Amino acid sequence: MRYIRPLTIEDAVGQLVGASGTAAILAGGSDLLVRMKGGFVEPDLIVDIKAIAPLSEIRETAEGFSIGAAVPCAVLGENKVLKKAWPGVVEAAKLIGSKQVQGRCTIVGNLCNASPAADSVPALVAAGARAVVAGPTGKRTIAVENVPTAPGRTSLAKGEIIEAILLDNRAPRSGDAYLRFIPRTEMDIAVVSAGVNLTLDETGVIRTARVALGAAAPTVLLVEEAAEVLVGSKLDEATLERLAKICAGACRPIDDKRGTIEFRRKVAGVLARRVAATAYERAGGK
Amino acid sequence: MAGIAVSTTINGDAVEYLCQPDETLLDVLRDRLGLTGAKEGCGTGDCGACSVIVDDRLVCSCLVLGAEAEGRRVETIEGMAHGDTLHPLQQKFLEHAALQCGICTPGFLIAAKDLLAKNPDPTEEEIRFGLAGNLCRCTGYDKIVRAVQDAASVMRG
Amino acid sequence: MNFDPRLTNRSFSAVGTRPIRPDGIDKVTGRARYGADFNMAGQLVGRVLRSPHAHAVIRGIDTSKAEALPGVKAVITAADLPDLTGGDSALYDILDNCMARRKALYDGHAVAAVAAIDARTARQALKLISVDYEVLPHVTDVDEAFRHGAPLIDDAIFTEGLVEKPVKPSNVVKRTQFGHGDVHKGFGEADFIVERSFRTEQTHQGYIEPHACVASVSADGMAELWVCTQGPFVYRQHCAQLLGMEASKLRVTSSEIGGGFGGKTHVWAEPVALALSRKAGRPVKLVMTRDEVFRASGPTSATSIDVRIGARKDGTITAAEATLRYSCGPYAGGWAEVGAMTAFACYRLDNVRTVGFEVLVNRPKTAAYRAPSAPMAAFAVESSIDELAGKVGMDAVDFRIKNAAQEGTRASYGPVYGPIGIGPTLEAVKNHPHMQAPLKKNQGRGMACGFWFNFGGQTCVDLNIGMDGSVSLAVGTVDVGGSRASLSLVAAEELGIDYGQVKAIVADTSSLGYNDMTDGSRGTFSSSMATISAARNAILILRERAAQMWDIPADDVVWEKGHALARGEKYGNLSPLSLKEIAAQSGTTGGPIAGHSELVADGAGVSFATHICDIEVDPETGATRVLRYTVVQDAGKAVHPTYVEGQYQGGAAQGIGWALNEEYIYGKDGRLQNAGFLDYRIPVCSDLPMIDTQILEIPNPNHPYGVRGVGETSIVPPLAAIANAVSNAVGVRMTHIPMSPPRILAALEAGAGKHDA
Repeated sequence: MRYIRPLTIEDAVGQLVGASGTAAILAGGSDLLVRMKGGFVEPDLIVDIKAIAPLSEIRETAEGFSIGAAVPCAVLGENKVLKKAWPGVVEAAKLIGSKQVQGRCTIVGNLCNASPAADSVPALVAAGARAVVAGPTGKRTIAVENVPTAPGRTSLAKGEIIEAILLDNRAPRSGDAYLRFIPRTEMDIAVVSAGVNLTLDETGVIRTARVALGAAAPTVLLVEEAAEVLVGSKLDEATLERLAKICAGACRPIDDKRGTIEFRRKVAGVLARRVAATAYERAGGK
Repeated sequence: MAGIAVSTTINGDAVEYLCQPDETLLDVLRDRLGLTGAKEGCGTGDCGACSVIVDDRLVCSCLVLGAEAEGRRVETIEGMAHGDTLHPLQQKFLEHAALQCGICTPGFLIAAKDLLAKNPDPTEEEIRFGLAGNLCRCTGYDKIVRAVQDAASVMRG
Repeated sequence: MNFDPRLTNRSFSAVGTRPIRPDGIDKVTGRARYGADFNMAGQLVGRVLRSPHAHAVIRGIDTSKAEALPGVKAVITAADLPDLTGGDSALYDILDNCMARRKALYDGHAVAAVAAIDARTARQALKLISVDYEVLPHVTDVDEAFRHGAPLIDDAIFTEGLVEKPVKPSNVVKRTQFGHGDVHKGFGEADFIVERSFRTEQTHQGYIEPHACVASVSADGMAELWVCTQGPFVYRQHCAQLLGMEASKLRVTSSEIGGGFGGKTHVWAEPVALALSRKAGRPVKLVMTRDEVFRASGPTSATSIDVRIGARKDGTITAAEATLRYSCGPYAGGWAEVGAMTAFACYRLDNVRTVGFEVLVNRPKTAAYRAPSAPMAAFAVESSIDELAGKVGMDAVDFRIKNAAQEGTRASYGPVYGPIGIGPTLEAVKNHPHMQAPLKKNQGRGMACGFWFNFGGQTCVDLNIGMDGSVSLAVGTVDVGGSRASLSLVAAEELGIDYGQVKAIVADTSSLGYNDMTDGSRGTFSSSMATISAARNAILILRERAAQMWDIPADDVVWEKGHALARGEKYGNLSPLSLKEIAAQSGTTGGPIAGHSELVADGAGVSFATHICDIEVDPETGATRVLRYTVVQDAGKAVHPTYVEGQYQGGAAQGIGWALNEEYIYGKDGRLQNAGFLDYRIPVCSDLPMIDTQILEIPNPNHPYGVRGVGETSIVPPLAAIANAVSNAVGVRMTHIPMSPPRILAALEAGAGKHDA
């Protein structure tokens, strides 16, 4: 086992490409170290990306925000501009783990861990976030929902690193929100979760919408039918009812130690309703 | 495996050690440096008993590699009191009997210190959520919360 | 010297105050040394290989590859722990649980162990051990295991306690029965009868400190064991017996203990660590991982309980019965028996019968967990009592007051009660402002009672007075939550000196006589009794020494407020001698001054509590939040009230966790799915409100100060109190603990609004 701390993304990519055996990228380590402790992975190479300076920055660009892969979630919460623009993304990121874990964990790590229950992912998908992937053949940008392909698996090729997550500037009258269900008040993995992102017109009618569900299928679900129901509405009771029903129906959950199929379906609908109402309010709707 | 040479600062003192690439900061503190105040309750970041502060961030030392401490500032429970003078949190934990078995206490004290550094006048709810990453199985948290409230009040002066 | 343990009327000066504990500074500065904080020169790392199968014959174990790995110093299997139990079946079960012999009986059962130069080598070595398993059908559910045709865990088990000895083996180890009167007749007199079945899932004590020890066996057969334990003397005895050592050659030192709650009353890995050390010829440190703690230590029983209670229109209970099936893990235990004893202990009943069945399952060996077996029985009974009160049309508190046991009541488990606290706790609850506080929509209030026996047992204390007048108190009960402070208070009280003059320590097994383990809420009760006895013995000597110093008869010297006084006008010119002054002269008046006590602390007063809680249920998700919680409990006499409150609060919090979220979840493969703090959900700080406490003091007549044990009773009522609150909030009777959100939501949808669903 080797531990290295490259200073550039090119070096990191090169080290990953050249690695024989298994290589792991270390940012916050809150998933990697747990898996190592449990004996589930024993990487031959650990590439710590925190010394690559740009990866630890949140940059405001002309198009929006670029969140470096090594930025701990606690730092997202401390960035007032980001929090104002994308409160749903930030609140989702802030739900990952404890204060202790917040000081380490990253949204890119959360994404690449590819757990169906990852908290930040439904919010990022609802937000239309994109991932900048650096690799041996250069850089590419892909939609966040195209990163996880199955529990524990991603579409990233050998040598590829997600270096940043991109979030767009907000149109006026936009709002996003994220909610998860956990049995305790903290320190749990989402049993089921929902993220909603809305933009309204001047009259409070929803013009665009994205709805994503977590822990409801092997990977995050972008529920387009649910978005279609929202668009054109002012989030009246009938719309909320339909939204809940569609989201419950869209789930393809499993029975496991954290919840049952029936529970996840029902609560997915409940959360979708509640989170849509929050997003609508944040967008200035009444 | 070759050891990695690490230079770091622990409780204000320059410290150097060799560690293995997969060795956690918690293992380094406990097994190499004799700083056994941080405890391993789970090894997976779920109990907070190993809490330390690294560069002003509260972390679980079981989820940090020893190698990552290079060039950082690490604060542990052993550095919380100044000589014979206890930190107000330590004093209030004693006065309120905010510990029974005491195994979670170092982690709680470190987490509470971090909490009050960032929020000197927290509400009860802020304290409860701020300390939710630290498990205590003895006290039901009541006396811990009261001790933190009291210490916060003392520290605000 | 005779010791009279009876209650005496007295006022207190030290007892009842709230000083800082003597071990406090070390615990807030990180200096206190727990099980894993001790190291020895040349120490090896021990690790245990555990069965991944719930039930499997071990056909063979090949350790040769592990033994050949550089850095491995010892590998052991059951062959290295030969059976020296001499037909003692309980001891054999402990041995088999430490290291599986013929079969692996649960997921996590130890099958081999290694000692190596470091953790990495030890881990690699475990991977190189090859175990040939023949996997057998398994059963993990208590009701399934109870049924005919279930996979048999031990084919030598024929149910004891039946009228006719069964011809076929089963998983039911034993049937026990308690009660009196004629329940058939009693139910005939009832106007209302409630009959229900309940289930509770298995929980773990959840101590934050994993089991840890350092074992060192020397070439001459002498051995040391540093370990976190509730019972160093019991650990010594079991380890010595299992390893064929003389007890006096094994010195066990109990470290600071990071929680136990009953889970550290049994040896697990300690005999393994000693066997590894013996084989390797070096000290071995063995620390369980959290995963191992859940899979292989602890837990309490899972239960299935049927209750039937009848009452007349006037609210008098006419008959009560319960059938209780408790899982024991794969080894015989007496858990249902204890449940059957406690079930109706709060009530005055003419006709009562409880039947307990001990059931084997392929789960870890059941261990004590704070008032073991009582919370589940109380959940079933107190839920039914609430429902019956509703049928009768009485307030739940009034109904209980009407039927509460009192002094002179014959308990359902046999004895006749002395002065007890159930009535006073109920009266206190009835008058508590919490009962009058308003509730909002989806909120409910519940209350419930609980009982625990409390234990006494063998206890030994040394009290040594230094020449500077300071007192060291060596006790043999482990301090699990502040007892050194309480016992220092008691010593100060009895001697009439300042708390600060006393320093209490927990002695090792070579420094003090035998002590039973710290269980049954006995620590402060028993050791305070022994401390009082030892202090009185020391006072006898102090009086003699003062008499010598004055050159008067010892009978003319009395002890008051820390001073020897010469009694009588003729000694008017003699000023009182302080303990310090007498101690200073001890070298010339006969040598060191000490008081010792070895006794069996009988007469532990039974303990009762009544809890009130308010909860709010989210009817759309089934999530339950505890809004307010009040504990009222009898302490007899609260020696250090702050730590008494702490026991009340801690027990309530554990009960809340059990009621709402904690449970062992097994897959169809018989493997534990949630062996970690992430998915075994103990309450976190933000889950709980402040937990209010009210200490009642109904003195125990069998203790000089009236002390009763306080540690355990507080975990008994919460399961029922919360279930009753949920029922009152949403109108559905919850019969399955934990009341996790999926269970509550399913119950709401199935039974919407119907109390009898």
